[in-house]
Amino acid sequence: MASEDFYLISFILVAAAATLTTRLLPFAFLGKQSHHPLVQHLGRYLPAGIMALLVVIFLLQSGHWQQPILGLDALIPAGLVVALHLWKRNALLSMLAGTACYMLIQQSFL
Amino acid sequence: MQPPGTLSSFKLSLPVFFGYVPLGMAFGVVFSTQLDYAWWLAPLMSLLVYAGAAQLLAVSLLLSQTGLIEVFIAMLVLNARHVFYGLSLLEAFKGAGWRKPYLIFGLTDETYSLLTSRSRTQDRQHEQRVDFQITLMNQSYWILGSALGAWLGQAVVFDATGIEFALVALFIVLCIEQYKALQSPFPIWAGILSALVAVFIFPQSQQLLIAIFLVCLALFWQYPARKHLYINSSQDL
Repeated sequence: MASEDFYLISFILVAAAATLTTRLLPFAFLGKQSHHPLVQHLGRYLPAGIMALLVVIFLLQSGHWQQPILGLDALIPAGLVVALHLWKRNALLSMLAGTACYMLIQQSFL
Repeated sequence: MQPPGTLSSFKLSLPVFFGYVPLGMAFGVVFSTQLDYAWWLAPLMSLLVYAGAAQLLAVSLLLSQTGLIEVFIAMLVLNARHVFYGLSLLEAFKGAGWRKPYLIFGLTDETYSLLTSRSRTQDRQHEQRVDFQITLMNQSYWILGSALGAWLGQAVVFDATGIEFALVALFIVLCIEQYKALQSPFPIWAGILSALVAVFIFPQSQQLLIAIFLVCLALFWQYPARKHLYINSSQDL
């Protein structure tokens, strides 16, 4: 086996092991604690908090924030997703429209 | 006989289909245009690693021939949020038998969001079958997308600029769904503020982890006021 291939295969295995480790940890160490009120509290509210922070972080990375755009290239498609989803509550429609809007803006104006 | 609920699992996972196929394609295109490896190694990585952000990071680590110990640490840090995901599903995955290792392996951001947002009946075995089907479908979309993208990336030239916004759109939709299910704005505001603090103070490579740490702090702070709500289901803790 060429050393290039050996490196890539080791790389994939190492990446897989690291990812699995993070997913396995709570099940390996907290399995008996699932009735603990703190675990229930985190389990209930953490998803919403994490979704909100993922939205903010990825939204900030998606836009051009300098003058004169001020992030509108990301905020307009994001606003469209929010408005459509509150109106129709159809996840697919909201995502397709928002992504198409973002691609259109990025490809034709910037 | 068709296992019950396959069609409804498919319907539930459909938004992830439209998120993962384009996103997997983005990963595949980046993989095969930046690197010199055979295109099918991209879907192989999707099969074995199965983590979106980490796989995109992997392309740049592969490009610079990063040492394997650094790779392990980088992946661990980038995926550290998954430690918290499991907390919400300890109870749901309890006693899932042979399905459990795969359920844990497949706990990506999107799968986590779907599994924690969907309504559950009392029939835990049935719900675990549904969880398993959703996880399996989600990973097959991801593998399909990365295979398509990697193959297209070396075969065709097309302008897919901006397609990665599908991920943001998915998170927005899931955020609204979470809010509607909880009827409490506190975690949403905590998440937004944590992200802003992390983004404006810390370098990009640490933002996600710091923001998650901050949102956990906010929930710890809120915990004493809410503790009584969970006491019924706990014995002596």
